[in-house]
Amino acid sequence: MARLGFVFNVERCNGCFSCFLACKDEFTDNEHLPTAAATTEGVNLIKVNEVEYGTGTKVKVDYTHSICQQCSKPACMEKFPEQIYKRPDGIVIIDPVKAKGMQEIVGSCPYGAIVWNEKAQLPQKCTMCAHMLDAGEKVTRCFECCPNQAMLFGDLDDPNSEISIYVKEHAAELELLHPEYGTEPNVYYRHLPKPFICGEVVCGDTDDCCKGAKVTCVCDSCGKKMETETDFLGDFEFRFLPTNEHFTITVEAPGYKPATLKAKTHGSVNLGEIVLEKA
Amino acid sequence: MEKVYTNLTTGGPISVYVEDGKVTRIRPLQVPEEDYPKPWTVVDRYGRKYSPPKAMRIAQNVFAERNRLYSKDRILYPMKRVDWDPNGNRNPQNRGKSGYVRISWDEATTLIANEIKRLIKVNPDGTIDGHKITAITSSHHNWGIVGYKMGPFGRFFGMLGYTPILDNPDSWEGWMWGATHMWGFYWRLGQPEQFDLLQDAMKHTDMIVFWSNDPDSTHGIYSGQESNIWRVWLKEMGVKCVFIDPYYNYTNAVMDGTWFPVRPGTDTALAAAIAYTWFVDDTYDHDFVERKTIGIEEFRDYIMGKEDGVPKTPEWAAEKTGIPARRIRALAREWASKRVALAGGVRGGEGSACRSAYGTEEARFLIALAATQGIGKPGVSIWGTTMGAPSDYTWFPGYAEPESQMGKSPVAKYKFALTNPTKQRLYRLTFPDAIINGKDAFIGDGFCGQSIEQQFNKHEYPIEGHVKMFWRYGGSFFGTMTDTNKWARMYQNDGPYALECVINQDCWFSSETKYADIILPACTNLERNDLGEWAVGGGYTTHAQIGNNWRVIVRQMKCVEPLGESKSDYEIFAMVAEKLGMGELYTEGKTEDDWAKAYWELSDLSKRISWEEFCKKGYYIVPVPDDYEEHPAFRLYYEDRDCDTQDYLNPKIKVVNHMNTLEPTEHSKELGTYSGKIEFASESLKKLSPDDDERPPVPHYIPSWEGHETELYKKYPLQIISPHPRFSFHTHYDKHASWLDEIPIHRVQKDGYAYWPVRINPKDADARGIKNGDLVELYNDRGSVICIACVTHRVPPGVMHSYGCSAKYDPVVPVPGATDRGGCVNLLTSGRFLSKNAPGMAPNSCLVECRKWEG
Repeated sequence: MARLGFVFNVERCNGCFSCFLACKDEFTDNEHLPTAAATTEGVNLIKVNEVEYGTGTKVKVDYTHSICQQCSKPACMEKFPEQIYKRPDGIVIIDPVKAKGMQEIVGSCPYGAIVWNEKAQLPQKCTMCAHMLDAGEKVTRCFECCPNQAMLFGDLDDPNSEISIYVKEHAAELELLHPEYGTEPNVYYRHLPKPFICGEVVCGDTDDCCKGAKVTCVCDSCGKKMETETDFLGDFEFRFLPTNEHFTITVEAPGYKPATLKAKTHGSVNLGEIVLEKA
Repeated sequence: MEKVYTNLTTGGPISVYVEDGKVTRIRPLQVPEEDYPKPWTVVDRYGRKYSPPKAMRIAQNVFAERNRLYSKDRILYPMKRVDWDPNGNRNPQNRGKSGYVRISWDEATTLIANEIKRLIKVNPDGTIDGHKITAITSSHHNWGIVGYKMGPFGRFFGMLGYTPILDNPDSWEGWMWGATHMWGFYWRLGQPEQFDLLQDAMKHTDMIVFWSNDPDSTHGIYSGQESNIWRVWLKEMGVKCVFIDPYYNYTNAVMDGTWFPVRPGTDTALAAAIAYTWFVDDTYDHDFVERKTIGIEEFRDYIMGKEDGVPKTPEWAAEKTGIPARRIRALAREWASKRVALAGGVRGGEGSACRSAYGTEEARFLIALAATQGIGKPGVSIWGTTMGAPSDYTWFPGYAEPESQMGKSPVAKYKFALTNPTKQRLYRLTFPDAIINGKDAFIGDGFCGQSIEQQFNKHEYPIEGHVKMFWRYGGSFFGTMTDTNKWARMYQNDGPYALECVINQDCWFSSETKYADIILPACTNLERNDLGEWAVGGGYTTHAQIGNNWRVIVRQMKCVEPLGESKSDYEIFAMVAEKLGMGELYTEGKTEDDWAKAYWELSDLSKRISWEEFCKKGYYIVPVPDDYEEHPAFRLYYEDRDCDTQDYLNPKIKVVNHMNTLEPTEHSKELGTYSGKIEFASESLKKLSPDDDERPPVPHYIPSWEGHETELYKKYPLQIISPHPRFSFHTHYDKHASWLDEIPIHRVQKDGYAYWPVRINPKDADARGIKNGDLVELYNDRGSVICIACVTHRVPPGVMHSYGCSAKYDPVVPVPGATDRGGCVNLLTSGRFLSKNAPGMAPNSCLVECRKWEG
């Protein structure tokens, strides 16, 4: 028994789409029965989404990966127990013979990870390259090719596996997509894009960048306080903030009057130039 | 039954899985763990050790290699244009319009041989006068030293005594035409050495300034994604990254660097203001500047305004660059207080800024900044972040080494590349003009790797006479050159100098293929035997394997039979040679594998692995020696020691044993400039081009001839840059590999058509009523191109970004100047050179207007 899973380290992913293309190479027009039928053009088992956020010159670009979450309690399997099964290694498989013609299976995944192959009249999804694992390989095609080592793949139930150790070590920064669905997904994401608040502190008297200013950011509702310093350009940022919260930002620098600003994270907030007046 | 073959591409080594004569899958070269030699190790400033993963990180487009191999665009049999009659009307005006009929190889080669016979004559000394024939390849048809363009192509046309078309250094123009006059390295076409700079940066560099450089997209050219992990290490170590680029590029995004969105064409103003701040603050390396450079006073006089009355203050630069003065000053001060690697392009010096008006000045200014801060000091370098891993330097020739060029190699009996009697030359950038006008004049020998003076060689066309036959091979210049409507005008020109016969030889129907009279189907390198080393072209970039984590030499195996009636380039040329009665002369009785084996034998590889074992295993990974010694680029220069790097083309050192044992000479402390030092005021320019105000001895900020300070800006107020692409290689892979069309950053599908994206700031989009995903027309007096709008903050207002190198030229009507749906933004770019005496192309100095496309 095992529980195979992935970790996607969003901060390391540079959106090269190697995983996307390697997956196409493995499955397009290639049948891997009994776990997978061939896919065709336009049918992608892993999708890479570009997320751009921030405004002005303070922009960020991240990539998130839409893929079967290999849930421990798969919603798809619950609805279609005849067509979908879970292997002892944890991989969820849509039986390509039994599921033929059943477009209704597509909607059974709350993550939208099942795609419809119109040509083959089949619902399809990531199989974690089960056919390769069955042939004795240790990798999936996507994991094999990631040049930034932004992915991990392995058995989450094996406490000595690289992925288990990583998940334990980085627990605070990892998240599951929609745990509230209750399907117990086995794909972790590190540093998913979240709103950030940034600004640029300027010395009012000299018009220089204000380096080393102390900036605090307090969440108005929970009181959580974060602190940072401006860099040599007077820039600061607070990352990975919750959405739709109010924050109070205070900037202090020796010899200057402190400045206080408000921000709401309906998205990322660029406070722009914050000009400090001489005390 | 599945069989696995090995092969090599422009983006790395692969394992090719074949079942029933068909390729089923392509993976990065599969090497069993135990087969990897001991990896190299670099150590960071905290004593932590790093080694590369045991995996080959190929370029992403290579994962679409199977898709490209079986592309619907493959040319499967020879064809002839229906209304081209060699004995009657040739109808050149119909090129690009009329259809084709299938012909046999026998008919095709007979037609071609008859044309050649008509056009050549034998000189009294036995050489051939073939000046009426001209030919050119795109940059990279396929990989492998037997099949590469300098092999079969170079040998065939050398034998015919053709008129060569000289290539311009299209990816690093400003460095060749500019940097050489400041630090020499003409033997590297202006690019710096990069030896051992990874270790140097890991240990000593505090900040990396990426200047017009997106290594995560441009891959160190052939090294795939091998260096990505180095940048991950540097980022996670906390090295600060600054990106100076009009586009918030992909490396900027993944490194989470600070973006300086410089206005296109004003990089030199920014650099000048940084230098100004250092002079005012007196924060530069006086000792180094005094010891190892000349001309600082003249440079200083220009910067401080003594020369022209204009001090190059941050305030002065702010107005031009769009970057606030305080940020310029702060960057300069941080730079002076830290050890900075200046990443001026993938191999140290490339990038879109050097392919702009006066790009020579940009390249020279970057060197000036690095020199002023003591280049060669630990952590201070010009380092593109894509090269500089420890390596073994055993000799194996790249495709461009004289030893591996079929036309001049020691393994060849007849060295035709050396005996071509034709004196006249054409130049790729002006070739269409030369054909249309029947004359041309230009300076420089294209790639000027022999000397600095070579840049001033004068060429006039015609000398022997006009060319009549044009043989085009691989790819499409519509997407890579400048003002490219002129290529269509040239093909359709029916004036007095009209081309009488155009042949196009390619694996795929490229956008230029349809302008040919005869089309010849070539096979890919998955369909023939060859050998080659990953990333190593040789020639002007010695030991390019230092861009790789693993040094891999691959036996390129024929994986499947050539599709349709396609044949290898060597076979094609051999068939035509046979019809000319020159079959034996061309082949010397050798098969492609005979050549391959001869190259193996000539190289040091034959001392490491037998031919049989190499062919069976398919690769050889060259281990890094246990006693590997570091020799970081420029360290020796900083420390005033003899050159001790493996830069074997450096004429100041002596090559003792083939190419890996080097000895100093009395000039080994010198650079390749006239003074042997870095020249802030160039001695070679003072001597060779004394009155040139567009490339003066001291680098200057010169307002772009097509930028925001021109009259044209009022009519066309958007500056568009078109750097090298992210998901394709020049025009290769795009168009032919349809899987790439499903990457929404590469092309965007709309109404069943895959459009090329253009990136536009929300402010500019709003002003024109353009929304994300709208089709838009970019236009100026040179052309009109439809793209799909990506509204984004990743470009500042007034600037647009769209990659160059669209392979798809798809005019709505087949006449030059017609609106193109394929996304060839190069149609809009000016054909004007960098400057009057620097004949490089400048596609990134381009003004356009943009409107919603309602068509």
